[in-house]
Amino acid sequence: MTGLFSKERYTGLRAVFKREFKGYFSSPLGYIFIVIFLVSSGWLALSRDFGRFLELRQASLDPFFMYVPWVFVVLVPAVAMRLWAEERKTGTVELLFTLPVTLEASYLGKFLAGWSFLAFSLLLSCPLVIEVARLGDPDWGVLLTGYLGCLLLAAVYLAIGMLFSAITKNQVVAFILGTAATTIFLIIGLPQSLEWIGAILGGYAEQVFLSLSLADHFDAMTRGLVELSSVAFFLLFTAGWLVCGMIALDRTKAS
Amino acid sequence: MSAEQTETAAAEAEEAAPEETAPTEAASEEAATAEEPGPTRDNASAGEALIQVENLAKHYGPIRAVDGISFEVRRGDILGFLGPNGAGKTTAMRLITGFLQPNNGTVRVCGHDMANDSLAARQRLGYLPENAPAYGEMTARGFLEFVAEARGVPNVDAAIQRVIGMTGLERVMHQTVETLSKGFKRRVGLAQALIHDPEVLILDEPTDGLDPNQKAMVQNLITNLSREKSIILSTHILDEVEQICNRAMIISQGRLLEDGTPQEFIERGGSLTKFFRQVTEGVTS
Repeated sequence: MTGLFSKERYTGLRAVFKREFKGYFSSPLGYIFIVIFLVSSGWLALSRDFGRFLELRQASLDPFFMYVPWVFVVLVPAVAMRLWAEERKTGTVELLFTLPVTLEASYLGKFLAGWSFLAFSLLLSCPLVIEVARLGDPDWGVLLTGYLGCLLLAAVYLAIGMLFSAITKNQVVAFILGTAATTIFLIIGLPQSLEWIGAILGGYAEQVFLSLSLADHFDAMTRGLVELSSVAFFLLFTAGWLVCGMIALDRTKAS
Repeated sequence: MSAEQTETAAAEAEEAAPEETAPTEAASEEAATAEEPGPTRDNASAGEALIQVENLAKHYGPIRAVDGISFEVRRGDILGFLGPNGAGKTTAMRLITGFLQPNNGTVRVCGHDMANDSLAARQRLGYLPENAPAYGEMTARGFLEFVAEARGVPNVDAAIQRVIGMTGLERVMHQTVETLSKGFKRRVGLAQALIHDPEVLILDEPTDGLDPNQKAMVQNLITNLSREKSIILSTHILDEVEQICNRAMIISQGRLLEDGTPQEFIERGGSLTKFFRQVTEGVTS
């Protein structure tokens, strides 16, 4: 068989990526996603009850970053849900896997397309950045690492959502399972949950869960800390879900 | 066909295989400039077996969807798969195209093993799946572009021009696939299967749901293509088999019951319909 990094293993990735990325803009779904993302994250950041962006009088995007993990819990599975469920429902999966395209190439092509779409949506939140720069003197390093954290978190969520899209033909089911799974992973990493875990299972378990906490690694990045361990955690976690998704798809594609 | 014949054909195909893999780049450039895929393939000795299926089997638990089928299809052949619904025709096609992995047996396309050399085998094969699935939100042209790019066709525009001419899609090129009528959808599926001018074509019910004019058009197209290719098609229309296939197989309950020419079947049963019913009802009852 071909090696993990050989070119042949990824034959067709480009074509799949291109088709899938364009697909987000050829239906209203993509635009609806962008609008909902910008309105909800913007409102949460500016609201007096949540982000209190204006009341804080700080040149930082913390109020925005704070709610991104929660907005993504709903929106990223919505981006992921169609990726495989639709292919299997309409039967195009049969066409795709009889083209000279490997499973890895099509899976990663779709993943990268979804990820690029999410990156594009994040890019459209730039008015907030401009506003911060206009009103004060923000720490550009912190802004940058915050956005990097958003991107890495999006990758994890997307990989989780894609697995559920691969195991069901029903997009709604894929969406609900994806949202449930990402919510659980976010919640068990919150300080409150960790405290509770520590009380029941002991301090060692708390440390283990803390090191696996999406929220903790993400918070570190929004504070400007880019630790190798955080980046590695996000990437490995994403890769793990992608591999599981490929294995699942290989079993379900023909059913 | 005798066993020795089969063996020599297999040996020939093996010899031809390494030659075929190397010059694809050079050959594809020629193909892109030439309007028609002319009969200039020098290593195309007529009658060479392009599809070799050996002891193919697929089961789902206790159900044997395909149960030890062996056959070969030579260049120039149009093989019709016949059989009642649920006989295993579609499963057999999915095994031959590499969409499903068999539990047992091998498939070779132009000498390339579908299990070990899958990309090369798939590269040489065009497939119209049942119901001609296509991405609904794409335009017909966009869809063909995607398939051509995924297949690494060197001159995408020329390839698209060639297949829309063959399938008569000029009028609907800029319409999205989901808005097309059943007949056009099927033709988009055919165009997709032909875009890289493959040597092997697998067509699952290519004329299903078409009106008589469209049927005739697709049948003509298949007949014209067959000189240079090996074609397998499945159908429920026995007249179609009589008209265009030079070979037919009756499959029931995953097993190959009869393999011969449509004329032989007619002689043995009086008509294709009678023969078909004799063979398949004998098994089921």
